[in-house]
Amino acid sequence: MSSTHGDTVRYVRDTMLPEQEPPVTSTGIIGWGRENLFRGPFNTVVTIVSLLFIYYVLAGVLPWVFQSVWFADSLGECREIATATWGESHGHACWAVIRERWLQLLFGFYPSELYWRPILAFVLLLVALAPVLFPWAPNKLLWVSAAYPFLMPWLMWGGTIWSPLLVAVGFAILILGTRYLSEMVGSLGAVILATLAAVVWWLFLVGPISSALSGALPIGLEAMESRDFGGFMLSILIGVVAIGCSLPIGIVLALGRQSDLLIVKSICVGFIEFIRGVPLITLLFVASTLLNIFMPPGTDFDIILRVMIMVTLFASAYMAEVIRGGLAALPKGQYEGADSLGLDYWQAQRLIIMPQALKISIPGIVSTFIGVFKDTTLVSIIGLLDPIGLTNAIRADAAWNGIYWELFAFIALLFFIFCFGMSRYSMYLERRLKTDHS
Amino acid sequence: MNKSVFLGALTVAGLAAGAAAAATLDDIKARGNLNCGVNTGLVGFAAPDANGNWQGFDVAVCRAVAAAVLGDPQAVEFTPLTGKTRFTALASGEVDMLSRNTTWTLTRDVDLKNTFVGVNYYDGQGFIVPKELGVTSAKELAGATVCIQTGTTTELNLAEFFRVNNMDYEPVPIETNAEAQQQYLAGACDTYTTDASGLAATRASFENPGDHVILPEIISKEPLGPLVRHGDEEWSDIVRWTLNALIAAEELGVTSANVAEMASEPTNNPEINRMLGTEGNLGEMLGLDADWAVNAISAGGNYGELFEKHIGENTPIGLARGLNAQWTDGGLLYAPPFR
Repeated sequence: MSSTHGDTVRYVRDTMLPEQEPPVTSTGIIGWGRENLFRGPFNTVVTIVSLLFIYYVLAGVLPWVFQSVWFADSLGECREIATATWGESHGHACWAVIRERWLQLLFGFYPSELYWRPILAFVLLLVALAPVLFPWAPNKLLWVSAAYPFLMPWLMWGGTIWSPLLVAVGFAILILGTRYLSEMVGSLGAVILATLAAVVWWLFLVGPISSALSGALPIGLEAMESRDFGGFMLSILIGVVAIGCSLPIGIVLALGRQSDLLIVKSICVGFIEFIRGVPLITLLFVASTLLNIFMPPGTDFDIILRVMIMVTLFASAYMAEVIRGGLAALPKGQYEGADSLGLDYWQAQRLIIMPQALKISIPGIVSTFIGVFKDTTLVSIIGLLDPIGLTNAIRADAAWNGIYWELFAFIALLFFIFCFGMSRYSMYLERRLKTDHS
Repeated sequence: MNKSVFLGALTVAGLAAGAAAAATLDDIKARGNLNCGVNTGLVGFAAPDANGNWQGFDVAVCRAVAAAVLGDPQAVEFTPLTGKTRFTALASGEVDMLSRNTTWTLTRDVDLKNTFVGVNYYDGQGFIVPKELGVTSAKELAGATVCIQTGTTTELNLAEFFRVNNMDYEPVPIETNAEAQQQYLAGACDTYTTDASGLAATRASFENPGDHVILPEIISKEPLGPLVRHGDEEWSDIVRWTLNALIAAEELGVTSANVAEMASEPTNNPEINRMLGTEGNLGEMLGLDADWAVNAISAGGNYGELFEKHIGENTPIGLARGLNAQWTDGGLLYAPPFR
């Protein structure tokens, strides 16, 4: 065979050629560039223009950021140092203001010897959130989560330990009352009675008992005034409270909006539409000025508390609509399936509807959270010294008057870290909860 | 704040109130500190330092009042207020007095039911222009673009000035002073107009202050002073006479350095003696201790000392006394007699 063949053709390859490297122009960085950046004249032009633009921006920003002055006591001194070092003072950041004021930007006017309290509150926040956020966290940490709403205000504002404890007792009254009274007066009656008892407890008994107990056993922290709160601590405080409270309130409102009960439905719709129809800044002005006028003179209703309530209400209305979107996306079969299993309304919501609806809504929920967190900077308009408000106060120091971008760059960085963190977490959560097969 | 209010339930809101409003002075003494409304940040007038202590010319008035009433210049809680929230905060009782570079106008005095107790700084609206523009008078600004803070009296003054002088201008509306500085430096407008004290501070913050001039014309009257609510004359008297004591102390040569010595025994000048409480009972009439003025003056010094320390010619702001000199030096400061 082979010899015959050999007669007819001069050469036959009897082995496979080894695979060759692709040409150098189509591999590696060059190949990638040819494929993605210089494919055709249009792409080439766009690439070159973009590169020039990026160079232009970086050439301005990088020297500003890195050829900068860190050690100076005033803007004027910064400029002198910059002129001495680089020949001109323009185009060089003066980070000395951040070095001098970063603690103030973080903690406001909170006394420095008590910084451990907000820091501890923040660390505990992470601990309390862990079992909610991550499946690998031990379930026992849920006790920290339950205690956190009482612990956090105590750490931040100080005062006697008895008040938060007694308030927590009020919640115990509420829960136990609901559970044990229902045998005697039915479930609705139990809820009403327990709520009444708890409200009476909070309104009339907590104050005197707490002062009596703290007289007998004075355990507590040094009390702090709300006006000492400021900086990033204030943003986080308002943000965390608004985020933490708006989710449950939003769920209730979303369910209420879908309810068949006329009064419940109209209250929920009215609330949502009213709040969504009003800008947040209007609500903040109501909190800071109008409420003062409505309430009797001498009422000391804390401004930060007022702001937190308003921001929470605002966030809840948006949250309700986001969750309603999730509820609407569920096929009707899910509701019918729940009914056919004989689950009652709350069981169906808890076991079948909400887990799916919330999963669908995750991107919307997190984006509302991020929005609320960033909206907290609006409080500077009503005179609270959040980071944005503090920039104005810092500029009012004769030493730093005229400084601008450095402060905003620092604040932007802090906000970016938090918002980017939330955003990445939501993507992680979506991946983890992904159960479809697409 | 009552903890249970915060923690327990938001339902408590507003229910706990209703206590009859006692006299402001009694409230302050019971509370142990003075609540004073100040600017959220104005160079030289009110600003927190790196440790969170408020400093400035307006702040010093609060401290003097606290010293006169409570004997302690540190017994003040400062509430930073914006231009929008200041009057409601005062009206609602959130602050006892406002010392926040507030222009004394008829509307604010009468319609908003405040009592201006005096003037601690005579200001007026001016213009700043780049030197290279070659403008030497505000009358030459016809057709200029003007950076102007919206919602302030300065906006109205500007419109009136150009109308009276039959000139056109193009306003560039701006929200804050800091933003206005940036816009002006970036060349978004030919000139920036605000109170002359603010212009001086702004100019001092520029990289090359010499490239900018403040035009000589002052186009408005801006008497800035502390104010209190209508309806408590005892309290407004105290604030008014504390301010007067600071001004009179400068006129009479009483300073923070020599006030203790002068108050230790009666001097040759009976007015100093009456003011410092070594003669007569002026303090008692005000419902204060006999050494109220001594405390107020030792808090930070007399008017002249405060001026020099916070906004005077040796500070970066570098304001001359001008209208704010004593009447004996050709200024407008004229404290009524302590008699």
